[in-house]
Amino acid sequence: MSVILILLIASISIAALFLFAFLWGVKSGQFEDDYSPSSRILFDDKPASSKKQ
Amino acid sequence: MVKGIATNEQLRCYHCGETCADTLIHTDDKVFCCEGCKMVFHILNQNDLCDYYALNKNPGLNQRIHVRKDKFAFLDDEKLQQQLISFRNENQVHVTFYLPQMHCSSCLYLLENLHRLDDSVISSKVNFTRKEAEIIFQTPQTSLRRIAELLTSIGYEPYISLNDLKQKRPAINKSMVYQLGIAGFCFGNIMLMSFPEYLGIDASEEGLRGIFRWLNFALAIPVLLYSSLPFYESSWKSLRHKFLNIDAPIALAIIITFIRSAWEVLSGTGGGYFDSMTGIVFFMLAGRILQDKTYRQLSFERDYTSYFPIAVSVLTEETEIPTALPDIKPGQTLLIHHEELIPADGILTKGKAFIDYSFVTGESLPVLKEVGELVYAGGKQTGGNIEVLVVKEVAQSYLTKLWNNEGSAGKEKTTVEKNVSFVHLLSRYFTYIVLSIALATAIYWQITDPARLWPAVTSIFIIACPCALLLSNTFTNGNILRILGRNHFFLRNAQTIEDIAKTTHIVFDKTGTLTTNQQQDIRYEGTTLTAYQLQQVAALAASSVHPLSRALASHLSDGKRLKVDGFKETTGKGIEGLVEGDFLKIGSFEYVSGKKNSSAGTAVYVSLENKLAGAFYFQNHYRDFIPVLVRKLKPHYRLSVISGDNETERKNLQQLFGKGTTLLFHQKPEDKLHYIQHLQQQGEKVMMIGDGLNDAVSLKQSDIGVAVAEQTNTFTPSSDAIIEARQLSRLTTFFAICRANRNIVIASFVLSIVYNIIGLFFAVQGNLSPLIAAILMPSSSLSILLITFGTSSLLASRMRL
Repeated sequence: MSVILILLIASISIAALFLFAFLWGVKSGQFEDDYSPSSRILFDDKPASSKKQ
Repeated sequence: MVKGIATNEQLRCYHCGETCADTLIHTDDKVFCCEGCKMVFHILNQNDLCDYYALNKNPGLNQRIHVRKDKFAFLDDEKLQQQLISFRNENQVHVTFYLPQMHCSSCLYLLENLHRLDDSVISSKVNFTRKEAEIIFQTPQTSLRRIAELLTSIGYEPYISLNDLKQKRPAINKSMVYQLGIAGFCFGNIMLMSFPEYLGIDASEEGLRGIFRWLNFALAIPVLLYSSLPFYESSWKSLRHKFLNIDAPIALAIIITFIRSAWEVLSGTGGGYFDSMTGIVFFMLAGRILQDKTYRQLSFERDYTSYFPIAVSVLTEETEIPTALPDIKPGQTLLIHHEELIPADGILTKGKAFIDYSFVTGESLPVLKEVGELVYAGGKQTGGNIEVLVVKEVAQSYLTKLWNNEGSAGKEKTTVEKNVSFVHLLSRYFTYIVLSIALATAIYWQITDPARLWPAVTSIFIIACPCALLLSNTFTNGNILRILGRNHFFLRNAQTIEDIAKTTHIVFDKTGTLTTNQQQDIRYEGTTLTAYQLQQVAALAASSVHPLSRALASHLSDGKRLKVDGFKETTGKGIEGLVEGDFLKIGSFEYVSGKKNSSAGTAVYVSLENKLAGAFYFQNHYRDFIPVLVRKLKPHYRLSVISGDNETERKNLQQLFGKGTTLLFHQKPEDKLHYIQHLQQQGEKVMMIGDGLNDAVSLKQSDIGVAVAEQTNTFTPSSDAIIEARQLSRLTTFFAICRANRNIVIASFVLSIVYNIIGLFFAVQGNLSPLIAAILMPSSSLSILLITFGTSSLLASRMRL
C-alpha cells in the first residue's frame, strides 16, 4: 500500500512539473511566434549581440 | 521560347527578383533593377551580411520608390518618442517597430543582425507572426530616428501610424490557455485515479479508495474555481440582460456536479463525478479556444488612425516643423511631400496636387487639383510637394467625422441583436425540457421514495447539460474558420459564419471591388498609329513618372526602348520630346491641341509633329470572374451596386448584372450608409462588399461587412471579414459552407440527444453509476468531435476548398 502512495506522489508531481512547464511556456510567449525560432536555428552565427549582459 | 525564358532569368534583379529592362545597373555579375536595390546590396555586402541572399532567392523588395530624406525627422520630437518607446533609461532604449515588408527567413536573418550594421544596436528580436521587431539600442550613440532610417536603408521601412499614438494594444488574453492547461492536468489525473471507482477495489485496500477520492476532490477544486470561470462570467452577463444563453445551464451543471460529488465523498457514499465534470470543462475550453483562434496578422478593428501618419510637416516662416497630427490646428500650413497622405481637410495654397484617393474610394487614377481648391483628408499626393492650409482639425475632417459619429452609433445598436446565435435559442428549449423532466422526476420520487429524490434530480442535471451542443458548435465553427482562412477569406469571429448564412442582399462597391486597380483597360481612338509610332509614344511615356504615363508605357512597350531627346514635362499638363527625331506630345487635350478641354473621363491625347492623332482612354478593368460570379449569385440573392462615380459605367454594369439589380451612382459615403439602412428596414440581411475608407461606414452598418484586399497584408477598413480579391470568384462556395455549418451543428446535436436519452434513462431512476457517466461523457464528446471535424472537412474537400 505504501508503494502505491509513493507512486501516486511521484506521478502527480511529475504531471505538475509538466503543467508548470506548459504554463511557463505560454507566459513567456513561446507559442506566439511559431516561425522565427524554427528558422533562427538555421543561421550560422548567433543573432543576439554578446556585447551586452 | 525556352531561350526567351532563359534570357529573362538572367535579367532578374539580384535583390528583389523583378525583371530588369537592361543591364545598366550592376556590380560584378549581379544585375539590379534600380539604384535602390543596388544600394541595399552594397550595404549588406560591406557588412558581410550576404547570407541574406543565400537563404532565399531574391529575398528583397523593390526599392524603386525613394523614401524622402527627412521623412523620419518627426522621431526627433521628444513628445512623440515618449509614445513610441516601450522602455528607456540613461543608456538604452527599447522600441518595437512594425515592419510590414517582413516576409521570409532572410528578412529575419537580416533584422536580427542589425547590430552588425550599426554598433549602437544592442539587439533586435523579430516576432514574425506580428511582423514586429523589438530593437534595443544605446541611447546617446544613436537615436530613434537613426534606427528608423537604418531600417529604411535596408528596405524595411517602419510603418508608424497615428494609431501608435493611442494606448498600447491590449495584450493577447492568455488566461483561457492557462485555464485549459489546468483543466487538462486535473482531468487527466482524476481519470487515472478514478480507476478504483470504475473497476472496484479489494476490500482489504479500502483505505486506498478514500485517498483516491480525496485526491480527486482536491484536483477538482481548481477546475471549479478557476478553469470554469469563463462559463460563470458569460452566464452571469447574459442573465443580467435577462437572456438565457448556452453557458447558463452549463455553469449550473458544473456546480451541481461538484456539489453532488463533494457530498458523496464527504459522506463516504461514493466517488462522485469529478472525472465527468473536469472532462467537460476541458473539452469545452478546447473548443472555445479553437473557435476564438484569431488571425493575429490581420486586424478587423482598423479605423482611420491606422492609415494616417503620426506626424506631418507644418510650415512656419519657411522652416518645416514635424508636428504630431492631433496638434494640428486650422490655419496652419502643411507641407505634403510626394507619396504622403493629406491628414486634414484643407485648401491647396501652393503646388499642383495629383491626389490619389485610392485609400478613400478605391479609384487609383489621381485627381488633379489646382491652387484654391479644397482637398479632403485621406488623399495621397503623388508628384511634387504641395502646401495645404488646414481648415478643419484631423478629427473634424469630413471622413474622420463621418467615421466617428454615424458609424459607431449605428453599430452599437445592431450588435446586441446581431449576436444571438441559434445555438443559444436551441439550448434554451433544451434547458426547459430538462427542467421539466427534472421536475417530473422530483415529483415522482417525492411520492414513492423521497430518499432517492436528490440523487435522481442531480443526475439529470449532470447528464443533460447542453455541453454537447456547445462542443459541436465551437468545433464546427473553429474548423470552418480555419478552412475559410486557408482560402484567404478571413472572418472576424464565429458569429460571422451564421450571419453570412442568413444574407439575403449583397451590395457591391464598384471601384476597387468589381474593378481592379492593378490593371487598366486602355482604348485608343483616333487616326490609326503604326507599330513604330506606338513605340515612339511608349518611349516618351516611359520617360515620365506620372501614373498615367507609366500605365501607357507598360501597355504599349515591347521591351526595346527608343531614344528620347529634349524631354520636357509640364506638371499636370503633359510631356513632349523628340523620339528618334520625331516631335511628340502627349497629355491633356488643352496641352496637346492648344484648345480648351471638352471631353469627360480619363484620356491622354497624342500629337505627332503638332498634329493631333487621337487619344488613349483609361478605364478600370472589371475583374474577369465578375460575370460568372453574378450568374451564380443572382438566383439566390438580391444584388445592388453602389458607386461614387458618375454614370458613364451604367451601360457596362447593366450588361454585367442584367435586370433586377439596383445600380446607384454618385453615392457619397453617407448615401451608401443610408441605402444600407433602408434595406435593413425592409428586413433584408445585408452583406456589403467594399474596400477603401469611403465604404468603411457602410461596412460597419451592414450585417456583414466584407473588405476586399488585393493582398492580405494591405490595409483594409474595419469589417467583419476580409477577403483576398482573387478569392471573390469563390464567394458562392464560401456561402455554401457557412450555410452547411448550421446543419452540421444540428446533426451532431441530435446525436448527442441520443446519448442524453440513454443517460437520462439511468438518471431518472436515480442510479447513474460513475462508470456509465465515465463512458457516456467521453464517448459523446469524442464522437461529436469526429463528426463535426469530419463532416466539415469532408464538405470542404468536396467543395475544393
